[in-house]
Amino acid sequence: MNRDQLARIAVGDDERGGVSRRAFIKGSGAAAAATAIAQGAIVMADEAPTSTAVVGPEATAITMTVNGRQRTVSAEPRATLLEVLRTQLDLTGAKPVSSDGSSGASTVWLDEKPVSASTTLAIECEGKSVRTVETLGGVKPDPVVSAFAAHDAMQCGFCTPGFVVAVRAFLDKNPTASEDEIRAGLNGNLCRCGTYANVIAAALDVVKGGSNG
Amino acid sequence: MAEYSWPRRGTTSLIDTEQTRIDGVAKASGAAKYSCDINPKGTLVARAMGCPHAHCKIKSIDISLAKDVPGVVLVSPAKAIGDEIQWQGDIIAYVAAETEGAAAEGVAAITVEYEMLDVFVDDQHLAAAEAADRTGKPLSNVQLVNEPGDDEDEEAFEEAEIQRLLEASDVVVEGNYGINVITHMCMEPHGSTCEWNGDQLTAHLSTQNVSGTAGQFADPLGITASDVTVHCDFIGGGFGSKFAADSWGVACAELARQTGRPVRLMLDRDIELKTAGNRPSGFIKVKIGADKNGVVQVWDSQQWGTSGASGGGVSQGVVPYVFDPENRRRTATSIATNAGPQRAWRAPNHPQAAAITHTAYDDVAAALGIDSYDVFLRNLDSVSNDKADVYRAQMERAAELMQWKSKWHAHGKGEKKGSVVTGLGMGIHTWGGGGHNSTCRITIHPDGGVETALGSQDLGTGTRTVIGIVVAETFGLPLDAVNVKIGSSSYPASGPSGGSTTVAGVSESNRRAAQDALAQLNELVAAKLGVGAADLVAKEGRIQASGDASKSLSWKEACALLGMTPLEVNGEFRRGEPSSLSSSQVAGVQMAEVAVDLDTGIVKPLKFVAVQDMGLIINRKTAASQIYGAVIMGIAYSIFEERIMDLQTGAFLNAELADYRLPRLGDIGEIVVDLWEPDSEYERGVVGLGEPPVISPGAAISNAVANATGVRVPVLPLTPQRVLDALGSA
Repeated sequence: MNRDQLARIAVGDDERGGVSRRAFIKGSGAAAAATAIAQGAIVMADEAPTSTAVVGPEATAITMTVNGRQRTVSAEPRATLLEVLRTQLDLTGAKPVSSDGSSGASTVWLDEKPVSASTTLAIECEGKSVRTVETLGGVKPDPVVSAFAAHDAMQCGFCTPGFVVAVRAFLDKNPTASEDEIRAGLNGNLCRCGTYANVIAAALDVVKGGSNG
Repeated sequence: MAEYSWPRRGTTSLIDTEQTRIDGVAKASGAAKYSCDINPKGTLVARAMGCPHAHCKIKSIDISLAKDVPGVVLVSPAKAIGDEIQWQGDIIAYVAAETEGAAAEGVAAITVEYEMLDVFVDDQHLAAAEAADRTGKPLSNVQLVNEPGDDEDEEAFEEAEIQRLLEASDVVVEGNYGINVITHMCMEPHGSTCEWNGDQLTAHLSTQNVSGTAGQFADPLGITASDVTVHCDFIGGGFGSKFAADSWGVACAELARQTGRPVRLMLDRDIELKTAGNRPSGFIKVKIGADKNGVVQVWDSQQWGTSGASGGGVSQGVVPYVFDPENRRRTATSIATNAGPQRAWRAPNHPQAAAITHTAYDDVAAALGIDSYDVFLRNLDSVSNDKADVYRAQMERAAELMQWKSKWHAHGKGEKKGSVVTGLGMGIHTWGGGGHNSTCRITIHPDGGVETALGSQDLGTGTRTVIGIVVAETFGLPLDAVNVKIGSSSYPASGPSGGSTTVAGVSESNRRAAQDALAQLNELVAAKLGVGAADLVAKEGRIQASGDASKSLSWKEACALLGMTPLEVNGEFRRGEPSSLSSSQVAGVQMAEVAVDLDTGIVKPLKFVAVQDMGLIINRKTAASQIYGAVIMGIAYSIFEERIMDLQTGAFLNAELADYRLPRLGDIGEIVVDLWEPDSEYERGVVGLGEPPVISPGAAISNAVANATGVRVPVLPLTPQRVLDALGSA
């Protein structure tokens, strides 16, 4: 990313979650081990006029609703949602597989929209609602969880929670999805053990109303 | 009790049925805790710094700025001045910090000066490697029916004999074949969370080797294995790369000791791919002589490849693969590259050997214009194991599932729909398996509770469930009545999970312990009921006299006879000991149907058939999953994934998930799995399944592409560019 691109980002999206984009860039560098980029951004950020309060780089209080409960955490502006969920809230269902979101293993709902928690900053979630795979478990699991178990749509299981959230979100939008639609619509998640065939079977089963918890 | 056996086929309630894995909901709902999920209070995050250069010497390391980064707690160099680095991503230093951000910033603040050295990473071109002085001494292995006379020069005779046999053949096929390096790409990278209690270390290690890694931590840390407990309840993929504590595991423990805090150190994705293992490449030049029916008369090959800085490549011992013609010469040359070291990758050597030699066999069929199926069938007399009859039966079954005969067309002679052609290909494989060493301890509590404990691990193959099935079946209990405890080195030792040895190993120890424990319990029950112990059977939650259900006790009543003390029984199996519970050696046949777009070079799997024997099947559901998974992994290395190296700098260019192409859910086509288990398989006991079905996809898919297009794409993976290049030069 060059300086021009950064400048466009710096001025192009000024308000996110009540925190200025400027502050976000200012503190975000090392999360992607991109110190040089961050330093470039700081220079430009200081040049950009703003009236929004600046937070960071030290930890700041962030309040969000997590699985229905209001939680306040203390995290640096560069901390990802994934890091905060896993290390501060003991919600380890979302997994750290890729830092760029290409695996889908850290998929959670942010204001009921599926996002990659590894590419979402915790500070972006200020005042928002986060829901994780853990809400689908428990004594009476969600039908998607039950179908994954019944169809053995897992091996090592590390990608599985992210896949479960993706399937749940996909079927919420496409409750009568066909096999072709399932094959076309669930390509954001990676599995190395090769569980795709069973994931397809599990998703189809949920559509047909089987494994209904 | 000396005689151990499995229940007769058809009399089981759990074994050889489809059982849902006992930790399925825990895994699917995120409740299962992996090594990287372990987060004791105060845990520090550690991060490794990888060398950016593929070949260099360390001139200086300056960590002073890194130490001053807010949040950084400890910076620890892993290399010394003057150390030579042999591959990009080799670890130079570690940073332990309060947060991920601080750890990353700390790594970025380390300054290292390097002396650059010559880089060589071109494993595809033998001449280039020779010119760069990167080759080892070629190793030859020759087998000929005729022998040289006493006064003849051996090598000259062999050369002349090979030439004579080639000339005498009805057809001679010459070809080049290859398969590039791939990585393991475990979803959970290598790493651990380590914590100390005084001088006692607990390492939550992502490992395939729970019982074998404590000593690897202890020795470099100056303690003994008795001071170390290794834990791993769940592992996010291993595939052969996670047998060791590894230098970064020891470093994690050392960082924890020095900081006095728990430390979690998981490798970043790029360092994981560069340094934590890969599968060697294999390239080969083949001359093959066959008669007019496609029966191979003589094989002559020269191969090369790399396993990284120490040379290596694919073992010539499995070339040509499964088929072992009476006359063959094979030569292998090792190439040393500035690339990370290989590690066992699911069925070491076999997938590559299949991909670079069964393709040559298929080209014999193409040259003769006969059905590839017939060429494979007619060469079965030369297989190196005793499975020719099994292959014949499995080929028949696979062909039926694929509808091979009705779909078959000669190579390149199929119907073209727009720019798309389709084709069929096949491959066969072999693997040893057989149980590893395993000891377990079964405890029956007076209140009826049952547990079994062993230092095994569940790679995702369903080991935990398999153990539960074996014990529950033996005691006549439901699966959920058994508490299966694995994943700790504090339990009786069980072998590492590698080479398809786990299911047979843990089934052996648990069946033995369970049969022995039941025999002891039956003594008490027999006295109580006034019947002979030998007449008792355990089923449906009761122990009863066979043929007289009125004389019975519930499981709980029976266990109450133990009094105050639980009954503990160990079961032990040593690899290689003759046993009616397990054996070794499997076959397996796979067939692929693909579509190839001649305009774009894109290969799409349409249908894949896998017919696989594995002896007695403990759990049909997880066994089938293993095969689906192996086929998909096979599709990955056949069509999508490879390590891409920059020839100038030795940089591993695609060492991130976004760039390292793997198939996704929509890329796999239809997969048909056939668990091949005639009575003869059930009767020979458990064998093991992890490796075999991942072996043949490369050959089957490459052969299908050759059949579709009429052109051999020599090197796997069959990327659009390679397909177009092959079509263009045809």
